[in-house]
Amino acid sequence: MFMTEIFSAFLLTLLVVTALAAVKTRNLFVSVMLTGIYSLLIAINFFLLDAADVALTEAAVGAGVATVFFLGALALTAEQERSPSAYRPVAIGIFIAVTLVLGYATLGMPSYGDPDAPVHVHVAPFYLEKTPEFMDIPNIVTAVLGSYRGYDTLGEVFVVFTAGIGVMFILGVRPSRKSERTGMIASGENGLRHYLIPRVVGRLFIPFILLFGLYVQFHGEYSPGGGFQAGAIIASSIILYALLEGEERALRLIPRKVLNGLTAGGALLYGAVGVAGMLAGGNFLDYSVLADDPVKGQQMGLLVIEAGVGITVTGVLLTIFHAFAARERF
Amino acid sequence: MMEFLGLYHYLVFPLLLMSGIYAVIAKRNLFKKLIGLALMQSAVFLLYITMAKVEGGTGPILKPGEEDVLYSNPLPEVLILTAIVVGISTAALGLGIIVRIKEEFGTVEEDLVRELGGR
Repeated sequence: MFMTEIFSAFLLTLLVVTALAAVKTRNLFVSVMLTGIYSLLIAINFFLLDAADVALTEAAVGAGVATVFFLGALALTAEQERSPSAYRPVAIGIFIAVTLVLGYATLGMPSYGDPDAPVHVHVAPFYLEKTPEFMDIPNIVTAVLGSYRGYDTLGEVFVVFTAGIGVMFILGVRPSRKSERTGMIASGENGLRHYLIPRVVGRLFIPFILLFGLYVQFHGEYSPGGGFQAGAIIASSIILYALLEGEERALRLIPRKVLNGLTAGGALLYGAVGVAGMLAGGNFLDYSVLADDPVKGQQMGLLVIEAGVGITVTGVLLTIFHAFAARERF
Repeated sequence: MMEFLGLYHYLVFPLLLMSGIYAVIAKRNLFKKLIGLALMQSAVFLLYITMAKVEGGTGPILKPGEEDVLYSNPLPEVLILTAIVVGISTAALGLGIIVRIKEEFGTVEEDLVRELGGR
């Protein structure tokens, strides 16, 4: 226990150092790589704070997919930061002042790990006590995500969907003039195919990443996981394939039409479950009425909406990746 | 020790948050500003998850047959889980806008973009 706490404090220190270095460096490539490391560190920290689901998401999304997106955008812009910092004294002043004020304010927070803190005495005990009775699944996070706060998650899925559509619109138009490019990602036909080691190792990994993604998807009710994590993991395995074999081949594997279908289909599937509940005589997103046994109904509803979430997240992340990767061909 | 670690968590949060805000205020490179926003966002994630922790608790996945197990709070975890995925989607939207700015103006430095003027 004592060792864990020392490790935790060490990780937090490393986190601050990484964040400051990512802000300070003027080489943007270094900055992006540091944010990737930062994500991995914060994921370990989430795990130490008992949030295994969040750790899995942060590791898959923050350290994996986000780094690829940032690098993809970086290849289309400039690698070096040109202008010097502006308003530096003001910014440093604000930094110190707000840090002190916030640091002082946090002294009034409930102490760390206090079981009687307001956040732990409101609805959380209800979730922990009633979930076995209502839906009989061990992972409370999935239960809250899919059922108790199903509306909320539906909203989040539509935000993800909308962001995907937004990227398609912004990067779907032709640029008005040619500008010089500094680098290329997954360029056209070839990718990294002529590099032996990435190719062999990558090919070895892809099926296992895909399998792990499917496990996380369908085992989300019993262990850390669910649609959001699985979507990010499956998308990252396809992105790895695109990086190795070239974007063209990845598009031959999953054509754009299929991607668009996935993006919209997952969100629609989620909504359809809600409507099915209404047709069966319950409220919108009430899964209890989907089967004769309310518990079975809840489990069925959770399985289908998690699948919907996974499909949409996979679709949107791949759509965004292809939007950036295709940009260099215009 | 637990107390010290709690205070340390609460101190790290403003440091991370403000290093993000520093990048947003002081850096003129739009790409760097976006990285700053991402840092701010994850600082808030850390604060939420810190508050979900219960001393001596374990992750909120029920262990059938075991009585008297203390579980950490699942609710903040759910909120942050979805926020992370929404965060990457919106960051990608921002990156898309930056790529378009680069194509139209040839630069992503805020002051140079302003000099070239919006059409």
